[in-house]
Amino acid sequence: MGEYKIRIGLEIHVELATKTKIFCGCAAAFGAPPNSLCCPTCLGLPGSLPVLNRAAVEFGVRAALALNCTVNLYSEFARKNYFYPDLPKAFQITQHDKPLAVNGKVQYYLEDQPVETVITRLHLEEEAGKSIHSGDSIVGSEYTSVDYNRAGIPLIEIVTAPDITSPAQAKAFLEQLRLILQYAQVSDCKMENGSLRCDANISLHGESGQNGEKVEIKNLNSFRALERALAYEAKRQAKILEQGGVILPETRTWDERAQKTVRMRLKAGAPDYRYFPEPDLPPLELDEAWVEEIRAALPELPLAREERYRSALGLTAYDAGVLVRAPHLAQVFEETVALGHEPQLVANWVTGEYARFARQGSTVSGKVLGELLELIAEGAISASQGKTVLEEMFTNGVSPREFVAAKGLTVIADREVLQSMVEEVLQNHQELVKRYLEGEERLLGFFVGQVMQATKGQAEPRLVNKLLVKALTEGRNWQPREE
Amino acid sequence: MRALAEMLSAGDVTSVELVQHYLDQIQSTDQDIKAFLHVDREGALQAAQAADERRKAGTPLSPWDGIPIAVKDNICTVGMPTTCASRMLKDYYSPFDAEVVTRIKGAGLPILGKTNLDEFAMGSSTEYSAYQITHNPHDLTRVPGGSSGGSAAAVAAGLCPWGLGTDTGGSIRQPAAFCGVVGLKPTFGRVSRWGLVALASSMDQIGPMGRTVEDVEILFSLIAGYDQRDSTSCPDSGYEFGNESLGTLAGIRLGIPEEFFGEGLSPEVAARVREAVRRMEDLGAEVRPISLPHSAYSIDTYLTLVTAEASSNLARYDGVRYGLRVEADDAVSMFKQTRTKGFGPEVKRRIMLGTYVLTASHHAAYYEQARRVRTLITQDVESAFEEVDVVVTPTTPSTAFRIGEKQDPLQMYLSDSYTAIANLAGIPALTLPCGKDKLGLPIGIQLMADHFREDVLFWVGRMLERSLKEADSSGRI
Repeated sequence: MGEYKIRIGLEIHVELATKTKIFCGCAAAFGAPPNSLCCPTCLGLPGSLPVLNRAAVEFGVRAALALNCTVNLYSEFARKNYFYPDLPKAFQITQHDKPLAVNGKVQYYLEDQPVETVITRLHLEEEAGKSIHSGDSIVGSEYTSVDYNRAGIPLIEIVTAPDITSPAQAKAFLEQLRLILQYAQVSDCKMENGSLRCDANISLHGESGQNGEKVEIKNLNSFRALERALAYEAKRQAKILEQGGVILPETRTWDERAQKTVRMRLKAGAPDYRYFPEPDLPPLELDEAWVEEIRAALPELPLAREERYRSALGLTAYDAGVLVRAPHLAQVFEETVALGHEPQLVANWVTGEYARFARQGSTVSGKVLGELLELIAEGAISASQGKTVLEEMFTNGVSPREFVAAKGLTVIADREVLQSMVEEVLQNHQELVKRYLEGEERLLGFFVGQVMQATKGQAEPRLVNKLLVKALTEGRNWQPREE
Repeated sequence: MRALAEMLSAGDVTSVELVQHYLDQIQSTDQDIKAFLHVDREGALQAAQAADERRKAGTPLSPWDGIPIAVKDNICTVGMPTTCASRMLKDYYSPFDAEVVTRIKGAGLPILGKTNLDEFAMGSSTEYSAYQITHNPHDLTRVPGGSSGGSAAAVAAGLCPWGLGTDTGGSIRQPAAFCGVVGLKPTFGRVSRWGLVALASSMDQIGPMGRTVEDVEILFSLIAGYDQRDSTSCPDSGYEFGNESLGTLAGIRLGIPEEFFGEGLSPEVAARVREAVRRMEDLGAEVRPISLPHSAYSIDTYLTLVTAEASSNLARYDGVRYGLRVEADDAVSMFKQTRTKGFGPEVKRRIMLGTYVLTASHHAAYYEQARRVRTLITQDVESAFEEVDVVVTPTTPSTAFRIGEKQDPLQMYLSDSYTAIANLAGIPALTLPCGKDKLGLPIGIQLMADHFREDVLFWVGRMLERSLKEADSSGRI
């Protein structure tokens, strides 16, 4: 089976996060009561006409530039004709011959190796409504309900070249694509809400020429589904080819429950969409200066940010990756570093304790996190106290400085107090002291921990360390006191 | 219309009286003409009363406040059905007014009702209405033309002072010619299409129909203008009424395209049109022969594009959201049965033709080819207007034909032979009566001008109209 090369191309639909729909003024929102966000235009009533939303074009251009595409200053809208209850006009306004943008590329890492995928084209179009069938599909359902709130929400369709060579790469690509579009603030890209959707084309190519036809897979509703469906399909096709069979060009759907792909229709019976230029909309002509303005205003994109974290800020590859993939963490990281804190130290906090608490849903600004790090740097509290304070910051929104003052938190840096604790710890663990003295020096950490525990984390760890080492070395002949 | 406006202004007549007069006319005559699909008695009288109150208060909405109008039934009106003369939209009430309706209401015009048309404006005789056949007031056995046959017949029969029609390939001008009234197909983009139920979006225009060139000019000034809801609407589209005739056509260059006077043209129509050209020459116009070499292809080109666009525009009538629904076991059967029942034969024919020309395997040979020829025709027209100000042609090859006479759809399509070119090129075109044939049936002359030069059409049209009237009253015709 290994002798087949896999070629995968993806077709991605992304809902743009504009306030209003692409051809009318209705709100483009998710989750409103059915058919509450509709007007004559998005319902396709007789006599209604589309008017292009400038924001949708701007978002589309921003996405195209973020994906390194060439933006066509001249593009056209076209009608894609087909009947379906959720398609109000029985045609979708899309772009066909002359798309908004072409020739882009996405660079990303696959198992830490840099790879690249070509974006063939990116175009604007409108969403259809949402059909809810009483049964599994429109065929055989007793009834179908349609919600037109979604009809007319702006979409971009992104088509890649078939240059992805494995299911894992397809997943890595889609994750990077999502990240780029989130950074470019064109969409929330939630697969679970359908604001990011992906269809895949996959074909197998044998060295001895037994080439398979392209098979399209639909209904890939998660990154995992994408990877699994492709893996399943690659295996299925290889098996057929090995047995001397023929792969038919067809459209299949991913059955999540059965974890397999199922035929929807053969390409031979595919609908003819009878595309033609949309006569209700003039061609879309963009001002080059406007496009350049959008380009200039693009935020830093994931790859550039990752490089900067690694080279300019000296973060580990791991931390840089974690931060870039979690924009909300990266933002706090940036804010905190901007206050003058050491980047790797901030990264440790942000990707560690901070990320752990942030998972509960609340957030703490970089400024406030900076205040906490300041308290630790000043030696006012210990790092381990800092974690407690951070938790309070997340759960009760406390200001670190006020909280420390109010709770009387402080570091025990009193030598005499600590000295007696050190001695007590050593006395209680005579066996271990003996082993330490015999050369098992890693036990020092254990002793530090014991002292810290005894002081509820308030001890100044460096001082504890020093006192312990001193006590242990000075007392090479140290003996327990005789009663 | 200026006389009516002055009478209203002077208080010699009220809007209520005026509306009542036309309602009475409709009541007594329309059973023979069948121009109206819906008469809004109450609405019109209410609007008239409001107009009279405004007049009394000295705050009329316009000089024409209170003068009623008829509206073709493919233009959306709140409170009245908008059926497009189709079973598909029987009892369909639009939740919004067309922009032109908003404008005429804004000028204070009470709407008498909705006029008949060929179903979805597909046809040239109004015989393809799903509800009734409209009769030509000049001869009830003949068609009024179409598709705006209802508005044309209503104006001609005195059932309304003026009306709105729509024109995709000649649907204002051909019925205006058949009924002996004046009609304008405006420059594409000058009158908003918001609320016009689409036939072919790249060619549809709403336009005025009336008894005189001046009336048509006034109504045009009320409906023209930019509308941001129509993306093909042109900025600065407004038109100010109030140009006085200059008394001469000196400096006007008339182009006579010989292609429009050849085979298929009735000799009587040709003679009257040539005579009208001579009159304009007498008024000082310069006459030049010109050529529009690709005009021979305009009907084929027009039909290819109009059916293609129509097949898509009419796809939305699927029974899901509004209009007729024929219940069936599943959605696809419902689509099929609804459309089978809802559409008449001509609509089905055009949908099938349009679907065919857009199909991937025929797209290049038909649709793309037609788009290229459209460009050539537009270039022909553009170069013609470098030489002349107005292109003069007959409006139709013949006068009104008998009801039931044209059974062959191809013969019917040829009715638009001289008019479709203006829609393909997007230019304005005016038709006005220029005499009658020996049966007493009206003959129309078509004047076409460059984009946005409706002013030239009205000027030339008014001069010709006056000259014809003078000749008529002196018994020289």
